[in-house]
Amino acid sequence: MKCTKCGEPAVINMRQHRLGLCAEHFLEWVPTQVERAIEKYAMFAPGERVLVAVSGGKDSLSLWDILLRLGYPAEGIYINLGVPQGDYSNVSQQKVEQFAAQHGAAFRVVNVQAEYGQTIPQVAHRKRGRSTCSVCGLIKRHIMNQVTREGGYAVLATGHNLDDEAAVLFQNTLHWATGYLARQAPVLPASHVGLARKVKPLIRLYEREMAAYALVRGIDYIYEECPYSRGATTLFYKQLLDQLEETSPGAKQSFYLEFLQARAEGRLLSSEAGEVELHGCSHCGQPTTAPGLCAFCRLWQQEEVNHGDTEYAE
Amino acid sequence: MKIIYRDKTWEMPGKITIRDAIKKVGLHPTAVLALRDGKLVTDDVVVGPDETIKLIAVVSGG
Repeated sequence: MKCTKCGEPAVINMRQHRLGLCAEHFLEWVPTQVERAIEKYAMFAPGERVLVAVSGGKDSLSLWDILLRLGYPAEGIYINLGVPQGDYSNVSQQKVEQFAAQHGAAFRVVNVQAEYGQTIPQVAHRKRGRSTCSVCGLIKRHIMNQVTREGGYAVLATGHNLDDEAAVLFQNTLHWATGYLARQAPVLPASHVGLARKVKPLIRLYEREMAAYALVRGIDYIYEECPYSRGATTLFYKQLLDQLEETSPGAKQSFYLEFLQARAEGRLLSSEAGEVELHGCSHCGQPTTAPGLCAFCRLWQQEEVNHGDTEYAE
Repeated sequence: MKIIYRDKTWEMPGKITIRDAIKKVGLHPTAVLALRDGKLVTDDVVVGPDETIKLIAVVSGG
């Protein structure tokens, strides 16, 4: 496959955009998508201090890289969770430190055990009945909110990509979790005193594109999944959505972005949907949504004109 | 060609597209990216018997 822009060999084929790009043009294209999301959803303005939640993975390190390339004053926060398997947390922290050193970027580390006395797995063990991921999410949200506010940052930016958001939307839709559906958004405002504003600048990009960006850009990220995320429901939903994407390119993108659009326009489960005005078809008399011919009669209109045995009038 | 994915390696005779090779080893083409000589390539690329392709999982990190 050739690059759509220059004809050089492509490094990625993005079927949902009907776009293949070489390394150079792909590295140009990704930040434009991030900038577009930042502007469309009014995430933050140039010059505002952004705190990036970095895990050492491809999404968060790439987000940090892109924001710095776009000229935003972006600093990082790494939370060492104390996951011992494969020295996961310490290796992840090394990836963050390495990235920060290479880019001359400021960051801070919060070590959960040093700060609160126990690692995440230890807390999860103590709180039997709560999953490790649930405990982890709770602790991370608390710390990130606190550091964002105390550090005087305008926003906290997280590396959620479109696949992450589509999987959550799929899960919430399966359960008709209307509360979550109402709140799932690219921007979570500081709606209460003490609550930091949170943004997700990668929501226009597929997970595949973020992995490709990290590889092409030479970002050294933690390749292994968190040991506790294996078998997670979200991963299963991602696989299901990928199967859909394989036969229908762009399905994930339209599922998520059109959900946001529909909700923003008040079309999501609005009562107005049940109040459609109906008219009688000018030919057959059956109910139809638009004045004039109904869809059935329009279907046969040309045929009948050709046969010349029925006159139709709009 | 030789295909490497995590700690597994497969050998395949003759010329084949990366996409077909990915399917033959039981992986999903959208779930991995392919590197040839350390460079990212699209999966329509035809690979010869003496070449090595390293596959990278799209989902990773925590």
